[in-house]
Amino acid sequence: MAESNLAQPFKEHNLTEAEYQKILTLMGREPNYLELALFGVMWSEHCGYKNSKAQLKKFPTTGPQVLQGPGENAGVVDLGDGLACAFKMESHNHPSAIEPFQGAATGVGGIIRDIFAMGARPIASLDSLRFGDLSQTKTRHLLDGVVDGIGGYGNCIGIPTVGGEIFFHPSFQGNPLVNAMCVGLLKSDRVFKGSAVGLGNIVMLVGAQTGRDGIKGASFASEELSDQDPDKRPNVQVGDPFMEKLLLEATLEILDADLVVGLQDLGAAGLTSSGAEMAGRSGNGITLNLEKAPLREPDLTPWEIMLSESQERMLLVVEPEKVAAIERIFDKWDLLAVAVGLVTDDGHFTLKLRGEVIATIPAAYLTEEVPIYLREQKEPAYHAERKKADLAAVNQYGDFTDLLYKLLASPNLCSRAYVYERYDHMVGLNTVIRPGGDAALLRLPDSKKGLALTVDADSRQVFLDPYQGGVLAVVEAALNVAVTGARPLALTNCLNFGNPEDPEIYWQFVKATDGLAEAARALETPVTGGNVSFYNEHNGAAIYPTPTIGMVGSLEDLERRVTIAFKEPGDLIYLLGQSREELGASEAHYLLTKRDEGPVPQVDLNQVKALCRFLEQAAQKGLLRSAHDCSAGGLAVAIAESAMASDLGGVLNWRSSLSSGAAFFGESAGRVLVTLKEDHLTSFLALAKTWNQTTTELGRVGGPDLSITHNEVTIKAPVASLKKAWREALADLAAI
Amino acid sequence: MKAAVIVFPGSNCDQDCARSLKATTGLKADLVWHKESSLPDYDLVILPGGFAHGDYLRCGAIARFSPVLAEVRRLAQRGSLILGICNGFQILCEAQLLPGALLRNRKLKYLCQDVFLRVETERSPFTSLYQKAQILRIPISHGEGGYSVNPKELQKLKDQDRVAFRYAHADGLVDDTSAPNGSLEAIAGVLNEKRNILGLMPHPERLAEPELGGVDGRPLFEAVFAAMGGAA
Repeated sequence: MAESNLAQPFKEHNLTEAEYQKILTLMGREPNYLELALFGVMWSEHCGYKNSKAQLKKFPTTGPQVLQGPGENAGVVDLGDGLACAFKMESHNHPSAIEPFQGAATGVGGIIRDIFAMGARPIASLDSLRFGDLSQTKTRHLLDGVVDGIGGYGNCIGIPTVGGEIFFHPSFQGNPLVNAMCVGLLKSDRVFKGSAVGLGNIVMLVGAQTGRDGIKGASFASEELSDQDPDKRPNVQVGDPFMEKLLLEATLEILDADLVVGLQDLGAAGLTSSGAEMAGRSGNGITLNLEKAPLREPDLTPWEIMLSESQERMLLVVEPEKVAAIERIFDKWDLLAVAVGLVTDDGHFTLKLRGEVIATIPAAYLTEEVPIYLREQKEPAYHAERKKADLAAVNQYGDFTDLLYKLLASPNLCSRAYVYERYDHMVGLNTVIRPGGDAALLRLPDSKKGLALTVDADSRQVFLDPYQGGVLAVVEAALNVAVTGARPLALTNCLNFGNPEDPEIYWQFVKATDGLAEAARALETPVTGGNVSFYNEHNGAAIYPTPTIGMVGSLEDLERRVTIAFKEPGDLIYLLGQSREELGASEAHYLLTKRDEGPVPQVDLNQVKALCRFLEQAAQKGLLRSAHDCSAGGLAVAIAESAMASDLGGVLNWRSSLSSGAAFFGESAGRVLVTLKEDHLTSFLALAKTWNQTTTELGRVGGPDLSITHNEVTIKAPVASLKKAWREALADLAAI
Repeated sequence: MKAAVIVFPGSNCDQDCARSLKATTGLKADLVWHKESSLPDYDLVILPGGFAHGDYLRCGAIARFSPVLAEVRRLAQRGSLILGICNGFQILCEAQLLPGALLRNRKLKYLCQDVFLRVETERSPFTSLYQKAQILRIPISHGEGGYSVNPKELQKLKDQDRVAFRYAHADGLVDDTSAPNGSLEAIAGVLNEKRNILGLMPHPERLAEPELGGVDGRPLFEAVFAAMGGAA
């Protein structure tokens, strides 16, 4: 154990002097080394949300569909038919920066445990990834490691990775983002909670042994990165998906048999956080006898046992007479299940070693008394400056056919097949819409319903206008769900930002979460949980702010699902929503200038909400042949994507007051490209009118070529050749 | 008529196989834990996909020592149908119930995608409802699926018409590039000499219901069911 610095003992636990004073006041005495270490991790940003809690309170968290809001291992929404869906997203950015394979793998493993801790069987994962410039060797190495890590864990445990998104930008060069979302199914009347109720109940530690991996990972996550980071490899956990598969099956078996009072996964800050949180939630106390914990190495100190982030472990609270039954089930799966403690009535989180008390702290001090900081905010100068940009580059470029080819082959818009084909996205036999569309769609057992899933955020938009970017992230997620015909139900998030102690970063955080909250409220998609990841900086430079949204939606009748692919020659092509002269923050402008600038697109949340309802009803009535959200790359890219998904071209020709550059590549929000049978046109237009949606007739599906004409300016290319450029780009760009 | 799906620790397609068998034939399979050392006389035993024992060593290298494998061997001798899919195929090779071995994919990366298979023989209880040279679309999902076998065994496989499927291009052409995993002679599935054991890397259970995007896997289950005496 390291020697304490006697003058400033708080420093090595990443606590400030003021925080230490607060601890002294609360405790009424000098805490010992171990106690101070417990405060250090529980009061870290990663566990305690001290810089974000005040802001997170602004999120709407309730609604008739919400069975469990924030505060538990995961949120839960009602799907009807007696089914519910547990879902949550979490970041594993810093570990992935240091050790991409294990960092990403354990990110997936951790979020899967959160889901089965709710009593749900995990049925799908999604990932939102951010990397630097793909031309850098380091970026390609990180991408390869992260993708292998996600696949290595998900493929082995047998949970399909059904969707995700990737964005490349130099701001993520030294600090990639790895956000993993997991979704599980449970019966709506069987939601389990992580609470240590019942005086005299037994606390059991189950799953893997405790070792030295990931010691103080939570504190590590709350620091900035620098070039000294290879030294931090011991902070990165090591995943064992096979062990987790056994733990998953054993846990669901004991829950089915009704043997458990409460359960909690061991994630960040390991036994410290799970024990203190279980005690804190119930108001009871917990006493742990550390000599009982099964250790991988016999000489672990109490401090190491408490802070180890060894993976694939869970903490259970069990009635004494059920301990033997639990041991039997875990034994069948060749897993350990050891009684390590007791639920008490003194409200304390107490640690003992061979009978001697070595730490005792009222649990609420660790979980409820976390200091809350309202940081200073300052609008960065770039915010106003970058809005005043010259956005003529796209229209000046002239050759729009060439620009479409370039966009489709660019790192941010090219096909993701190179990535998702390394993930088993079919295991479980539920994946009805596979990766590559707007949202994944799963079927549900013994039900006609479908479950739509997506993850989204546009880091560039959020950087240029954090408030509007926060709004747009929710809008895009909702539309991605809605284009399948599903109703957006609720969202989880991963809020990735730089150092909150920097007023300009904190301003980004406040604005982005304000925007997110407003959009979530307007679209009736409450926030059921999430995760905050600050200190995403490398050598002092912050990432582009990225509030990733994970959204779930429910489709009434799976037979009525809609996909992005064009279906039949002769079908009419329409655009829903309003196009504007909006080339600001666009991929096309960035591709040509390498500059992030311009005003981000406007959006009318009432129109988006009505558009979602329209899509849901149009799908139910069978009016749509295809539907595709129009986002990065603009309308031309959306048209090309629907064409490439079906190998069917089309002839499109329309006029408007916009420049052709903006008409093709502007990224106006709240727009959806649809196709329909001519027979359905009258009903389609009537329904669009009911929901107050602007419609523009663009053309018809058919032929091997795509011909897109706006005000006599034409893009023309064979679909097969566009598809070749789009499909093969990432494998070439990412080759090591 | 009785069917079983063996569950190894780390199997993850066990439920999928049972579900597809039921969806295509109505037959409800028992899920049998790998530690069982005495099985009833099942007419069909499926070894499912997954990562038995984590497959941190060579795939299937530990699973072959599971107690249930002795029973699988006994049932195979008895003439029961044994179907090994993906990890199940790897285990059957490790257990030497089928010849050959499965190596890391050619590009060393896991691959999950639909592929095209050419039916090489309809002379087996698994392939009797396909036509020879028929082209199927079936998904693969594996990191170690490159089939390899020594020249003598390969010749035997060919002489005895025991190559069940080959990876093909969409137009049916089989060549050096048609196997995405680099399999020898694009071999995707093989039979034993008695033709009652089939091992294949692709997952027929994943495309056996229309809402999953295809039904080319369905006739395999229907053929098995018919061979067991069920009405096809």
